[in-house]
Amino acid sequence: MSVDKNMNVLIVDDYKTMLRIIRNLLKQLGFNNVDEATDGSMALQMLRVGNYGLVISDWNMEPMTGLQLLREVRADAKMKSVPFIMVTAESKSENVVAAKEAGVSNYIVKPFNAETLKSKMASVLGDF
Amino acid sequence: MPVKGGDRDLELRLDAIRREHGESVRLDQIAEVVRAMLDTISGDISAADLRLYSELESLADYIHNAKAELAALRPGEIKDQFIATATDELDAIVGATEAATNQILDAMEHLEALAPMMDKDVADRMTEITTQVFEACNFQDITGQRITKVVRVLKEIEARVDSLVAAFGQEVGAASAAQPEPSAPASDADLLNGPQLPASAANQAEIDRLLASFD
Repeated sequence: MSVDKNMNVLIVDDYKTMLRIIRNLLKQLGFNNVDEATDGSMALQMLRVGNYGLVISDWNMEPMTGLQLLREVRADAKMKSVPFIMVTAESKSENVVAAKEAGVSNYIVKPFNAETLKSKMASVLGDF
Repeated sequence: MPVKGGDRDLELRLDAIRREHGESVRLDQIAEVVRAMLDTISGDISAADLRLYSELESLADYIHNAKAELAALRPGEIKDQFIATATDELDAIVGATEAATNQILDAMEHLEALAPMMDKDVADRMTEITTQVFEACNFQDITGQRITKVVRVLKEIEARVDSLVAAFGQEVGAASAAQPEPSAPASDADLLNGPQLPASAANQAEIDRLLASFD
């Protein structure tokens, strides 16, 4: 399966610096069509009108968390199959289990490096 | 037998017995008088009442001492000064690290923009290095989240101090406000305040003016 690097990627985090870091790492991996949202509800609105091939989201955000966003995405007929990677500092096993039960595609614990981001994306999208 | 004390009913009762029987009184009549006396006493206060009173007195002493100890801890100062200062300092850390991280990211992005002008090997090596810098900048998010947790704990302590002051009465808070600060001259240690918060920090121009004022 070949990965379309021109796909739209939505990154969601309430820390603007983290959005910037992920955007730059994605750019280095060849993904240049990147949109940003600063919480779950903003991301949900963007997902409803846009066409995204991947969501990379933080967990701990207000008013809508990454987990709530994931549940909304999986409950929506149009968005339910969009690959969703959680990138979070929440590293307790119960968090991972909750995310898995909600339908997360993969899970990255902060702090992370470019190689981890690439390998998790590859596991979801296929090698690139 | 004369009755000491002012119990008029008891005296009348004894006088009536004397009038009827002289100085020789039957045991059952004495018992009746004693019972009447005991009834009088138990009508006012019982042994259980005395124990309860004693317990209440101890409790009152305990509360009084606790209030004095709480006042000595200066809860108002903890809330208004220590916790407020600590949260301001932590907010300043988050602000400063965020600004510094953005500055580093700016520099890295400008550096990356130079890549097309470089030899491919050099450009690739530079990308590796900028990637490492991007990865390292993760710290700002992590430290920010940790500091937010600490601020949340401080707010919880503040709320509990408030509850304590409310439960023990306003004099605990008032007492803490009334205690004046000792006015000892500033020692060398007192001068070690660390970096000032941005809002209250003097900038270089102000420092220069102050220095010039000594000339």
